[in-house]
Amino acid sequence: MAPVADRTVPELVAAARGGELRATARLLTFVERGGDLAEQVAEATHRHVGNAHVIGLTGPPGSGKSTLTAVWTIQLAEEGRRPAVLAVDPSSPLTGGAILGDRVRMAAATAAGVFIRSMATRGHAGGLALAVPGMVRVLDIAGFDPVIVETVGVGQVEVDVTAATDTAVVVVTPGMGDAVQANKAGLLEVADLFAVNKSDRPDAVDVRRDLELMLDLSKLTGHGRPDAVARPTIVSTVATTGRGVAELADAVDSHLAALLNAGLLEARREVRRRAEVRSHLEHLVLAASAAAVEAAFGAAADAAETADEPPGVTARRLAERLLTNPGS
Amino acid sequence: MADATPVRVVLAKLGLDGHDRGLKVVARMLRDGGMEVIYLGLRQTTSSIIDAVEQEDADVVGISMLNAGHLTLGPLMVDALADAGLDVPVVIGGIVPDEDLPTLAAAGVAGVLGPGSPAADVVACVRAAVAGRGR
Repeated sequence: MAPVADRTVPELVAAARGGELRATARLLTFVERGGDLAEQVAEATHRHVGNAHVIGLTGPPGSGKSTLTAVWTIQLAEEGRRPAVLAVDPSSPLTGGAILGDRVRMAAATAAGVFIRSMATRGHAGGLALAVPGMVRVLDIAGFDPVIVETVGVGQVEVDVTAATDTAVVVVTPGMGDAVQANKAGLLEVADLFAVNKSDRPDAVDVRRDLELMLDLSKLTGHGRPDAVARPTIVSTVATTGRGVAELADAVDSHLAALLNAGLLEARREVRRRAEVRSHLEHLVLAASAAAVEAAFGAAADAAETADEPPGVTARRLAERLLTNPGS
Repeated sequence: MADATPVRVVLAKLGLDGHDRGLKVVARMLRDGGMEVIYLGLRQTTSSIIDAVEQEDADVVGISMLNAGHLTLGPLMVDALADAGLDVPVVIGGIVPDEDLPTLAAAGVAGVLGPGSPAADVVACVRAAVAGRGR
């Protein structure tokens, strides 16, 4: 077998579909980098997807997402399924580097045969929204099911990535003021189900009560996921001992079954596909406009005329010139 | 995504050795050098490291050794990667006597970083190891 570096994208896709992990890993690298090779991978994979249950898992840093995922995926592997995890961590905005530490807590899952891929956000938020769906497709055609996308639930993009799955799981814990804090961040609204982790702590009942109250309010105001099939289930877990993890797995499976029964799975995937088109469009337009902005700004920066007006006025004048005369 | 692609490095303690302070410092140095560090931590085996390299499509492996096991475990790691068909260089960090350096180099270890190595040297050593293979 030729080394992955010597093979074409269609050859790698065929090998990935045949279960070759190294080919799958290299395809993931191509998608993550973006550009021509990423488009070739998308071309070769997009017709073959749809077999994997795509699950988003998010929550605040330190809430136990990796530990929970490890226990959960080991159980799935023992049942004969082939779970894969895409673990996303932030890049340093200053250096572009990242420390991706999810595998530390998932060593036993690796030993149990779970496929884990760590991914850094690589600076611009738009990149994550572009790369994740493509990487999920690669894992899907490689025969993994379910595919769990784990993100730190701190930014809008992470929330969007979680929402763009079949089943969105939000992990909350006692002692972090979560119910109120996460409400602000919009995290709770995308959840199809909640895991209250660290439920062996006495204040876990408060978190559960806060969540129930929040869900009651959502029902009152009609504010929640428009494509929700049911009121989100709340599962209490203790990831470090494995308590409640089987219930979490059941609740996630039940959610998929409910989506299928209600005929909502295809609708959700269509929304996801359209969102991905939008992400690509935004990326292309932003890339094209960046150069124009640089040129217009460069012309203004040395003009003495800008000194006497507020920055917003200067910008508006430049924008008008740019938009009425895009070629210059 | 026009940025230059960051180097992806797997960092691990190979074998029985509980001292991971040095590895954590190196992880931070490499991150600040713009690399993506896939951190495995303590008590890894050649096979757990190979699993990670394979799934993460990593460019280079860094193993830390403060237990005097480098002459055994360093070549073992290099050979295990080669046997798995993975063309990925190995850099060793830790306490390695100077007289062992030729042996490790002959065994295919791409670089050795001793205690007190400055961050710039650590990053340069890993970069040189990656450049030495190409992909």
